[in-house]
Amino acid sequence: MNIDRRRFLVLLPAAALAWEHVLAGTPEQASNYNTSEHWWGMLVDIEKCIGCGSCVRACQQENNVPDGYYRTWIERYRIKEVNGVETLEVDSPDGGKNGFPNDTEPGVKQFFVPKMCNHCADSPCTQVCPVGATFVSPDGVVLIDEKYCLGCRYCIQACPYGCRFLHPQKEVAQKCTLCYHRITQGLTTACCENCPTGARQLADLKNPKDPIHEFLRTHKVQVLKPHLATKAKLYYNGLDGAVR
Amino acid sequence: MRFKDANHLFRLAAVFAAGILIFLLARGLLVPKSFGQYGHFRGDALAEIKKQPPHYAGHEACEACHSDVLEQKVKGKHIRVNCEACHGPLAKHAEDPGGTTPEKLDTAKLCVRCHEANAGKPKWFPQVVSADHSAGLACAECHKPHNPAIVAEEKTASAAPASPAGKGAKK
Repeated sequence: MNIDRRRFLVLLPAAALAWEHVLAGTPEQASNYNTSEHWWGMLVDIEKCIGCGSCVRACQQENNVPDGYYRTWIERYRIKEVNGVETLEVDSPDGGKNGFPNDTEPGVKQFFVPKMCNHCADSPCTQVCPVGATFVSPDGVVLIDEKYCLGCRYCIQACPYGCRFLHPQKEVAQKCTLCYHRITQGLTTACCENCPTGARQLADLKNPKDPIHEFLRTHKVQVLKPHLATKAKLYYNGLDGAVR
Repeated sequence: MRFKDANHLFRLAAVFAAGILIFLLARGLLVPKSFGQYGHFRGDALAEIKKQPPHYAGHEACEACHSDVLEQKVKGKHIRVNCEACHGPLAKHAEDPGGTTPEKLDTAKLCVRCHEANAGKPKWFPQVVSADHSAGLACAECHKPHNPAIVAEEKTASAAPASPAGKGAKK
């Protein structure tokens, strides 16, 4: 190839620009997933939850969650009246991973509440991060950039739902990613995939064909701690007033 | 009045200009390119989080090959129980069916994870006290896990256990 000096100098910046694009890659165009077309949330139907712990086990295996830490967990509420005073007991042995012991005491109101990150649209945890390591993605999922996280634990304190923890080895904050690696591939989350009764359902609030819209219209659905105005997107059907 | 020593100010301005230039250069080098692409975070983080390989293949991947099992499942109550809820994470098997094969399951332990009676479970859900119901016998001795209802003619006097505590699922 024969190029004179003038032509070479003209081509040099163009080549540099092209090389930059090669280095940056184009992951966004690579798949047909468009972040602006989705707004993710989840629906939990408490009347269908049997407390089997399938979601907890599935989440731990899918996301390599260390033992003793939970990105999702199940709480059992037991409400009874003693001398006219209502008492409340909440337990979650090993996150409900292996189910719950049977409590056959009569007259006790019992139910299971699966919990996880509420993927708030106005999330307190992302607002307190000093370095921009945790954020709400354009498709409505609260995520953590592990390379940027300092491990300062500020977000862990800020989360009103107690959904975050510090990874004991990596020393970075971790939480439910709503299986971002799965939902962007067209799969459902590991917990929804493994829930045997369909108590958990992934919901795309921007997809007009998603059954969530019909469900929200025809059921009495609640979010946790609505007074905090976090705009939580974890919707509960059949939520008892005792649940915090 | 004429200001005599304007040179001092020019020197000071030059120092400031140099400082700002160094700050801008350092900032350009230290802040990742994709920071601010979508908001106050590193845009590349999204692609990095997406890269994590799934462990659960999803029931559609299973059904593509095991359509015979699906045929049994659609007839029974376990149609909404996805394959990997019992068989475990099998994305590797879905990618390379010969390389990894699912483990044989012990139904005596597996089924009670869901069906052991618990007062916290909703009343519509079929539950048994496994010790009374089968006395340690594996559930698969009588029930076919993919379609668990026992059809009348298949029942034999010896194998039929006591009736379950809960009534059948409504849905």
